Amino acid sequence: MPFYVSPEQVMRDKADYARKGVARGRSCVALQYAGGILMVAPNASSALHKISEIYDRIAFAAVGRYNEYERLRQAGVTYADVTGYQFDRNDVTARAIANWYAQQLGTIFTDSNKPFEVEIVVAEVGDTPDSDQIYRITFDGSVTDEPGFVAFGGQADQVAAVLKERFSDGMSLTEALGAALAALAAPASGSGSSAGQGNGAQAEQTAAQLEVAILDRARAHRTFRRLRGARLEELLAESRAAAASSAADDSSRDAASSAPSSDEPPTGPTPGSKDGTPK
Amino acid sequence: MQGGGGVGGYFGGTVRQPAAFMAARIPSFTDFLASYAPDLLPGVRGLEPLPAIPGGSDIIKDLPHATTIVAAACDRGVVMAGDRRSTAGNMIAKRDVEKVFRTDEFSAMGIAGVASVGLEFVRLFQVELEHYEKMEGRSLSLEGKANRLATMIRGNLGGAMQGLAVVPLFAGYDEETGAGRIFSYDVAGGPYEEHRFHSIGSGSVFAKSALKKMYRDGLQVNEAVVACVQALYDAADDDSATGGPDLTRRIFPVIATITDDGLRRLPEPEVAEYTQQVVDGRMRSPDGPHAPLLTGG
Repeated sequence: MPFYVSPEQVMRDKADYARKGVARGRSCVALQYAGGILMVAPNASSALHKISEIYDRIAFAAVGRYNEYERLRQAGVTYADVTGYQFDRNDVTARAIANWYAQQLGTIFTDSNKPFEVEIVVAEVGDTPDSDQIYRITFDGSVTDEPGFVAFGGQADQVAAVLKERFSDGMSLTEALGAALAALAAPASGSGSSAGQGNGAQAEQTAAQLEVAILDRARAHRTFRRLRGARLEELLAESRAAAASSAADDSSRDAASSAPSSDEPPTGPTPGSKDGTPK
Repeated sequence: MQGGGGVGGYFGGTVRQPAAFMAARIPSFTDFLASYAPDLLPGVRGLEPLPAIPGGSDIIKDLPHATTIVAAACDRGVVMAGDRRSTAGNMIAKRDVEKVFRTDEFSAMGIAGVASVGLEFVRLFQVELEHYEKMEGRSLSLEGKANRLATMIRGNLGGAMQGLAVVPLFAGYDEETGAGRIFSYDVAGGPYEEHRFHSIGSGSVFAKSALKKMYRDGLQVNEAVVACVQALYDAADDDSATGGPDLTRRIFPVIATITDDGLRRLPEPEVAEYTQQVVDGRMRSPDGPHAPLLTGG
């Protein structure tokens, strides 16, 4: 039992502890599309949410320990509601909320024995795509501004790599969902590890196992909408059909250019191609 | 509390504990505000009794007052309408004031009494409902909403005794029963559920009498809208504090319908059309439609 532990060691231990806790969870993604911001998380529960509304144009997504991020979510809602009530609804911004979260998490990280094992994203939809904002806040209170898209949680690096490849400005909602699903499937298909370890294999990504929500730029007042049930099924089928047809296009183009790189798997889910009939 | 760490947050002009945000609590925004920043709550909660300076009561009496609100249930919904006048003593303070507000997707609230306090109550109640919805992931039941409003109004009892009284009328679509419901209040709270129709404010006596003669069960939404416009016309006819439709300035009542599709505030052209119909009818028969002398066949 050592009598003295250096502060560096304490911080390192806490950071390792928190990082391991976050890494156990699955990844989530948030990304811009033409009509707003899309957030997707693998989540089998339809009651215990990872993605939620904070305010009119602001949403919250988190990975890690449920009780810890739920507390942060409720605190954020309260902070936003008090600010909006005290001043005006337009005076509630994602930047302010992200900074507030950063302060809370930073204080918890340094002051308490056990840091929060969470990673959160605060996104705000603007009037134009240029004014959209996505902030990522980690367990130690670091904030990063993530333009366009962000992947966070367990295998965030692998997910982010695919997302970066697939992301482009002005995607439709279907395209954005396709990119998100492909990215979320990356850890499982990329590393070849068992599906249980990974972020969910393609076959797992049914509507029941996904939590999907959007901040819809076109809506007045409260822009947050959950996509579920039939609406989500429809979108999933559409995005799979689009992915399958684009994969087919790619392979035919590849063949024409005499570079048959057949080892690169199609990013879109293949089983969905059958559901691709227009509804 | 872990979250606070003893760091004071500068918020709203005083140093408060940000730990309050992180504490587990009942998901009521008003309760949170009462412990965190009571000075932000409407009314004169926590203030000294007003000093008895000469003319003090005149000042309060001359504050702008909101006047008449009517509500009528209809087939699978409810309609609420309010005139546009606010009065300060015997003067007209404002001729295009709005007194009927959307409180959430399935409810609306109209206010009568001191306008400034009333507007604050509306704002607080709107946040209260939205806050609960976001915290809990579900909306309050219609009774839950009505009860919350009662507690908030009762909280202003001290203010009401000093002349800053405000009385709301609350109406909403009950998703459980699929019907529109109306709740009234007094300065000490409530709620009192009203059946079929109700009216509050200075012109309510006339409006209610008008509705009594015009209302029939199972009115369609558009018929209930006409009945409300007629009732407001009758209130304006006999009460100086209620404003009639202003055809020269194109100022018409605010009308909201709440059905299973949610709350819909009628756009101005639509209200203008309803109002024009009623006014045209009054050109021929100034006292409005006639009810039969005897009930029955």
